[in-house]
Amino acid sequence: MTNAPVEAIEVARAQPYPGAPDNWKRFFTFSTDHKVIGIQYIVTSFFFFLVGGLFSMVMRGELITPEADLIDRTVYNALFTMHGSVMLFLWTFPVLVGIGNYLVPLMIGARDMAFPRLNAVSFWLIPVVGVLMIGSFLAPGGPSQSGWWAYPPVSLQNPSGSLINGQVLWLLAVAISGVSSIMGGVNFVTTIFRMRAPGMGWFRMPAFVWSVLAAQLIQLYGLPSLTAGAVMLLLDITAGTSFFAPERGGNPVLYQHFFWFYSHPAVYVMVLPVFGIFSEVIPVHARKPLFGYRVIAVSSILITFISATVWVHHMFASATPSWMRILFMVTSMLVGVPTGIKIFGWVATLWGGKIRLTTPMLFAIAGFVNFVFAGITGIMLASVPIDIHVNNTYFVVGHFHYVIYGTIVYGIYAGLYHWFPKMTGRMYYEGLGKVHFALTLLGTNLTFWPMHPLGLMGMPRRVASYDPEFAFWNVIASLGGFLLGISVLPFILNMVSSWVQGEKAGDNPWRAIGLEWLTSSPPPVENFEEIPTVISGPYGYGKDEPLVATKGSVALGEA
Amino acid sequence: MKFRAIATLTIYAGLTIAISIWMAKESYSWFPPEATAEAKLIDDLFSLFTGLGTAILLGVLGPVVYSLIFHRVSKYDPSDGPHIEGNVTLEVIWTIVPVVLVLGLSFASFSAYEKMNLRGSLDLVHLHLPQMMDSAYAAPFDETPQEEIKDSLQQAAPKEIEVTARQWAWVFRYPDQDVTSTELHLPVNSRVRLALRSEDVIHGFYVPAFRIKQDIVPNHRMELEFTPTRVGQYRLRDSLFSGTYFAANQADVVVQSPEDYQQWLADAASQPLTAAYNPAATEYARATEQTAVLRGWASVVPAPPPVVNYSSQTVPKSPPA
Ligand code: HEM
Ligand SMILES: [Cu+2]
Repeated sequence: MTNAPVEAIEVARAQPYPGAPDNWKRFFTFSTDHKVIGIQYIVTSFFFFLVGGLFSMVMRGELITPEADLIDRTVYNALFTMHGSVMLFLWTFPVLVGIGNYLVPLMIGARDMAFPRLNAVSFWLIPVVGVLMIGSFLAPGGPSQSGWWAYPPVSLQNPSGSLINGQVLWLLAVAISGVSSIMGGVNFVTTIFRMRAPGMGWFRMPAFVWSVLAAQLIQLYGLPSLTAGAVMLLLDITAGTSFFAPERGGNPVLYQHFFWFYSHPAVYVMVLPVFGIFSEVIPVHARKPLFGYRVIAVSSILITFISATVWVHHMFASATPSWMRILFMVTSMLVGVPTGIKIFGWVATLWGGKIRLTTPMLFAIAGFVNFVFAGITGIMLASVPIDIHVNNTYFVVGHFHYVIYGTIVYGIYAGLYHWFPKMTGRMYYEGLGKVHFALTLLGTNLTFWPMHPLGLMGMPRRVASYDPEFAFWNVIASLGGFLLGISVLPFILNMVSSWVQGEKAGDNPWRAIGLEWLTSSPPPVENFEEIPTVISGPYGYGKDEPLVATKGSVALGEA
Repeated sequence: MKFRAIATLTIYAGLTIAISIWMAKESYSWFPPEATAEAKLIDDLFSLFTGLGTAILLGVLGPVVYSLIFHRVSKYDPSDGPHIEGNVTLEVIWTIVPVVLVLGLSFASFSAYEKMNLRGSLDLVHLHLPQMMDSAYAAPFDETPQEEIKDSLQQAAPKEIEVTARQWAWVFRYPDQDVTSTELHLPVNSRVRLALRSEDVIHGFYVPAFRIKQDIVPNHRMELEFTPTRVGQYRLRDSLFSGTYFAANQADVVVQSPEDYQQWLADAASQPLTAAYNPAATEYARATEQTAVLRGWASVVPAPPPVVNYSSQTVPKSPPA
């Protein structure tokens, strides 16, 4: 295994534009370097992960007993609303945009994103969203209490009577987050289309880049619908229009269509990049090419299209006629096909490999196994008769947490560990990583598995109190929840201490193939001394063929 | 090596099938009792999904665990695995198998749904399979539930019961007798038709033992039909988040023999109108009395307790179902 040209490494430690600070201070500037922005995204959203997690701890505290006795019902309702909203709009979306931001230009051999300044603006809108969301706790009447769906008419009711209330602030925050995401979407799609290094044809692009492309295309077609719904809702609340207000002749079900037309595909915006992370991490640590790479790449794009046609499965129990129920049942089940293809591909990649169980590998494998379970309950939910029973029960909460925690959060962890040496130039502590993994795995299953039997027994979601027959599984879920809360501590400890004083990692500690591993760690300001020319596919493990052409005689890539 | 792999996989496949069948049978015990004919259809369908789901989960887990045990590499072995980029046959198979599987599951779900004949939100286009197809795919499961549904459909058209949901109470009205109640009483073994109405926000009519749920959208006329088959007391829960006291918005449902049911209607008709016990209103009043303690934020004021012929004076008390 050889490395990037030796001269490149020393020249390039310096940071961004001339005069920019070359230390931690750069993370607090309006930097246009995609790597700085990526880390800004990741760290900011991780802070909100902790905030959202704190909310869930209080909720699980309330739910450890059947009665509503720990906090007032209005407080519980505000907490589940803010928990869901913070976790989605301030943690999952931004952290994945951050990882994409850091990796995509490096992986395709570009010097930066297509629109660096737009990129910085997208990021700096995130703290604004955060301030609005968290600040709404101080608004008259408190934060929004209508859930992250904000279904009217509940979201139109405004008992505080104030024009500036939690719901209005929430809508503003969501709209700003949408603007940020659209700018990000334009930026990613343009970058991937226009800025690939010479020789990097579509089927030489790493699967991660494919999945980011697929996800960002969804943002472009979906977000306008959510934004339209949000604006109409805002007008209904503040200006007395009657789009959705039933007492003024509006139709609340219309809102549900606007909302889910985006918010179903949105789950794929979140999970596709994570599929991409699995597709990168597993080949490296199994030392085998990604099995069926082309099909996996194309299946991402298939998901982009199919996921646009399934949104009504969130409305089977709503005012939905039978023909619509059946039609959307079939389309929803079909999404299982491209995701199945990916899963089989990962399993086949493992098979016969030379597997190394590093922390990122553990998270990636457990992540996709959790996803298989979530996918099975997902197919159940797509079946109209079954959904009529379990819709809006804890079964759904269990299902989507296996996706959102068991898959997406695991994928994020896998990605952060895997690329930590690239981002910081240092190695994390493997032992702490394994402790983190074990606690997370145990916590996830203790917290979210019991929600399935609860849902089948008929416990509705979003309840601050419940009947005593549900107590047993709720106690277990609460204990598991507290364990999950504790599980982030070794992660934080690991990241902070390794960044400060971890062992120097070298440029390519995993001996991985990929353009990002050819440059130094952390990469220099403009990523590459010289833009590489790609001459082979992205997963050349077990083959003696360089990834990029060389000026001189040094062979690059895996030997 | 090769032989060991094949032998292990064969044994594993057998085990997977056995466990899947066991899980499919076990799945019935995860639900509340089946109190309607429709419930049986759903539990059968769920059992099918559980069996297949278990097989898929174990089918993926097996090779993963096997690889993790037997394909690990020692710390000092820097070599790569074989350069295998894919296998067209395999990839075609694992595309086609899921397609067939989900289409099959869709069809099974569709046929169960047809038999339930729920109505839901007044369908303009009602799905009915052509008669020929109806018999062509004979029911994959037990015939009883559809028999009950068919029988009850052949009886006189069901009498409609009016259900009103509000923040936060349920009121049931029997138009013929002009009886109102906060408990829903239903006759066993005959088709029931509910006309659902909401006065404020969207609520959800949900009785877990019936496996039936329907959101109630204000300004929409919603109907729901089903066939109770088991005498007993069950719990009705609001299933669509409806604001502060959402979790407390529950009611008892009592399924009775036709005689008991008629008796109950007659008794209730002779009762004077009285205010029912309403947990939301009570809790709200208690909260406003408290002055010093942390009270949370402003809430929509609960509607006053419903004034009805028949009501209970406690929280719903149906046994754990
Ligand atoms: C320690 C970890 C977590 C615990 C214990 C937890 C617990 C909960 C609970 C109890 C609910 C309320 C369910 C209901 O009544 O509807 C909930 C809802 C939700 N959670 Fe989590 N959660 C955790 C992590 C996450 C993460 C990481 C995400 C996103 C990435 C997330 C996203 C959501 C969403 C979107 C909702 C729905 C909110 C709504 O109903 O409006 N959760 N969670
Ligand atoms: Cu969906």
